[in-house]
Amino acid sequence: MKLSRRCFLSLVVGGAAGTALTPLPWKITDDLSIWSQNWPWTPVPPDGAGTYVDSTCTLCPGGCGISVRKIDDRAVKIEGIQGHPLNDGGICMLGLSGLQLLYGPTRVQAPLKRVGERGQGQWKTISWQQAIDEVADKLGDLRQQGKPEALGCIAPKDKGTVAQLMDRLMAAYGSPNFFRMPSVEDAYEAALYLTQGATGHAAFDVGNADFVLSFGSALLDGYGSPVRMFRANSKLKEVHGTVVQVEPRLSNTAAKADQWLPLHPGTEADLALAMANVIISQNAANNAFLDAQTEGFEAFSKMVQQRYSLETVSSRTGIEAAVIAEVALKFARAKKPLALCGRGKGQAPGSLKEALAIHALNALVGSINAEGGVTAMAAYDYIDWAEVVTDDVAAKGRQTPRVDGAGSAEYPNVRYLLNHLAYAADGIQALLVAEANPLYALPGSKDVKAAFDKIPFVVSFSSFFDETAMNADLILPNHVYLERYEDVPVTFGAGSPTVGLCRPVVEPLYATQHAGDTIIQVAKALQGSVAASFPWPDYQACLEQSLGSKWDALIEEGVWQDDAMDGGFETGSGKMALMNDSIGAVYMADGVALQGDAATYPLLLVPFDSMRLSSRYIGDPPFMVKTVSDRIVRGNDGFVEINPETAAKLSLADGQSAILTTPVGEARVKVSYYEGVMPGVVAMPRGLGHTAYDEFLAGKGVNVNQLVGSVDDPASGLDAAWGIRAKLA
Amino acid sequence: MKHAQTQHRPKRYGMVIDLDKCTGCGACMVACFSENNVPFKADESDKRLSITWMKVYKVTNGESFPDTEVCYFPRPCQHCAGQHEGHSPCVSVCPATATDYSRETGIVSQIYTRCFGCRYCMGACPYHARYFNWWDPVWPKGMEQYLSPNVSPRMRGIVEKCSFCFHRYQLARDKAFTEDRRDLEENDYQTACTQACPAGAITFGDLNNPDHKVHQLAQPDVQHGYKAKNPHAFRLLERLGTNTKVYYLSSREWVRKAGDNYLPGEKPGAHGKDSSGH
Repeated sequence: MKLSRRCFLSLVVGGAAGTALTPLPWKITDDLSIWSQNWPWTPVPPDGAGTYVDSTCTLCPGGCGISVRKIDDRAVKIEGIQGHPLNDGGICMLGLSGLQLLYGPTRVQAPLKRVGERGQGQWKTISWQQAIDEVADKLGDLRQQGKPEALGCIAPKDKGTVAQLMDRLMAAYGSPNFFRMPSVEDAYEAALYLTQGATGHAAFDVGNADFVLSFGSALLDGYGSPVRMFRANSKLKEVHGTVVQVEPRLSNTAAKADQWLPLHPGTEADLALAMANVIISQNAANNAFLDAQTEGFEAFSKMVQQRYSLETVSSRTGIEAAVIAEVALKFARAKKPLALCGRGKGQAPGSLKEALAIHALNALVGSINAEGGVTAMAAYDYIDWAEVVTDDVAAKGRQTPRVDGAGSAEYPNVRYLLNHLAYAADGIQALLVAEANPLYALPGSKDVKAAFDKIPFVVSFSSFFDETAMNADLILPNHVYLERYEDVPVTFGAGSPTVGLCRPVVEPLYATQHAGDTIIQVAKALQGSVAASFPWPDYQACLEQSLGSKWDALIEEGVWQDDAMDGGFETGSGKMALMNDSIGAVYMADGVALQGDAATYPLLLVPFDSMRLSSRYIGDPPFMVKTVSDRIVRGNDGFVEINPETAAKLSLADGQSAILTTPVGEARVKVSYYEGVMPGVVAMPRGLGHTAYDEFLAGKGVNVNQLVGSVDDPASGLDAAWGIRAKLA
Repeated sequence: MKHAQTQHRPKRYGMVIDLDKCTGCGACMVACFSENNVPFKADESDKRLSITWMKVYKVTNGESFPDTEVCYFPRPCQHCAGQHEGHSPCVSVCPATATDYSRETGIVSQIYTRCFGCRYCMGACPYHARYFNWWDPVWPKGMEQYLSPNVSPRMRGIVEKCSFCFHRYQLARDKAFTEDRRDLEENDYQTACTQACPAGAITFGDLNNPDHKVHQLAQPDVQHGYKAKNPHAFRLLERLGTNTKVYYLSSREWVRKAGDNYLPGEKPGAHGKDSSGH
């Protein structure tokens, strides 16, 4: 049969039309989509019994309560605990990403001993017994040489059983050189001590304030207990309260504030004292409080009137005199005003003068020990161990002055000066580092690295291959917080004493060990009086015993909170000191002098903090890196934010590559135009430029600590650098 | 045919996001990633490829220093209802019925096993709320342990988007059933982003239910295409007629204006034509 073209076409078209009218094509499409999706490498998460385990997050100092959903033995989701006194159901993206840390590839899975050079990343797995013996041998040697003070240790806080066990080890061993990572707490606790005789923490009752005057404190970018601050801010919106944010860059906090006061970086103390001047001269101060509960008011008044006139400070800060006056008076006339101190998340101490000035503002308006104000919360004393047993070696060692100079005649008001590590390291022969990443997080990275290079024996307790662990000689990995019990006292950002219970959610995945156990075992291996100071068989026993009657409550509730407000002042007179000789010396001390000269370095590089970039011990997990804007990181390039006007003067286009140079370092960056940055200022986020961790984080952007060094506050020795001079070309 | 849900009122799940409270922290984004087994790559800086069911946009008022203002918009899938209930832009174009509109809940579903990746829906969506898996997701060894069994991990060639945590709706229904209830309380079913938001900026619930917060905040006008009666409330690209279920609140006019495209001089909230007509 001969098939003509017409017949052929009719057949084909008719066939196609007929087929289209049948279910066949749709069935085949459906089937194809299923057949093409049955690849075996797509994970099918196994189902199982769903349960929740409550714990406390330790990824930042905030201490939020978390509820972890499990399916059988796997943790699958972290959520906030409804009704928790700090976060009430809310949770930040770092807390939410905890499971990526727990199950992630940068976990240290067993004790490791370095082979090859430091930083090469070559390790030999050893047993825990061997690891403890290595540490005990090295530490034992030091003691035998009569140099126990050459042992140092770095921890993020000094309260809580683990930190206090480390401190106890130092005491029994014979070294005063326990270092706490720097933070605004250093400056604020000194201010509290000088003014109120208090040794404790500042508790800000932000949730009950109606006017918050924040001197750069990143209320919505990670300050204090971040979720608690967010909730307080939302509440302020509901009750039509006011937030005034004072800082050179439009941060998220400033964007949400009722008023943003841009000022020249580093002039916050001047602004606070000028405002004090206005409040006093306009008779808007809380005289009832001042008369009854303070002393030195006249001298303080005289100082601010003489040295902080509106005109002088207006030109120093760049804020109009009328605006300074207006804000000061609105602050003073609010019912519950509160001034906050500590730039960004509060990672840098800042100058003591700044802390005193801002604390004085609170005093002027009567917001001390009042609702909505700031209270000196007594230092946590729930851990009540027997006296440390010391032998002669230890007694002698404890007498030696601290290598960082803290507490000496030169730096009398402060307890820790880790920013002095560059020369302090000369006196350190062995260093223990727990829950901290100083090689990354301390300003002046080059100096910090040089300091570490001087220390012959470095032990890291890190659960992750972070920069410090990568440069250590031994890694004795701690359990991740989701695998361990621990008490979590909140020291900065809580409104009252709050201790959470960190509880294991899953069995430890790897051959890690609780840092508390490691410390106890090292102590026992050192024998003698050191071992005698650690009578507990293990950390769990120590924890339960230390918490005593509070243990059962903690197991039950997950958190305990004291509403106790410290009622009085512990000064000799029982009053708060606004001015006296010690305080006067601080106010009269020289200002902080940034490195570099303005001619070579015409710009100011200022670091800023973000909720999306973790900048302390923990490095951003992949979920968090995913949320970082492509105007902060693109590929591996990090951006700096600069005012378009300034950029134009430097002939830099938006998105262009440039070299950012400071007196301390240089880096290749890309330029991002941002109208929210003051002219003359270049802003760079903290949390990037990691060299350790995995491909999700390492190599992206620039570590601002490579470019910004620490600068001693002449009055206290604390690192008071708010940035550094820079040039961009 | 008009299905205006005026007779027997089925549920209309929606959200109200208070932009005065939203801090741009991004917790909602990560809560969603974690809840819904969203994959991640080593380099997520190309945002056209980065899968973010919930995405926080940063918008500025365009003024120069020091009058600059910035606002953040969390943008989940808007679960458009369209002019005629069920005519969401994406649902209208899907050749495989991989996405469908539920008249019972108002939720636009995404059925992974039906999708064969033509991406027509992505072209149709005015909000860029749909994302394509160009590659198979790879979880670093060990991380697959945190995957939730309640949400299917997707493979390459599949479009995915926010589902208003539909698995949570299913779990809530199951739980209510075991407790001999048929109705869900407001707190029985909440999305992961709503739950996580540390500022309390997101509210989720049934827009049809006068007891639910979302209804009270947005005050949707059933007679006029569910436009919000609250003068501070607005929806994104409202004038397209997508009839979305995510309402935004802002006390700042420039923010309300940023939610749509206006001619110079037009005021936000102005409607050329009544959008309930067609």
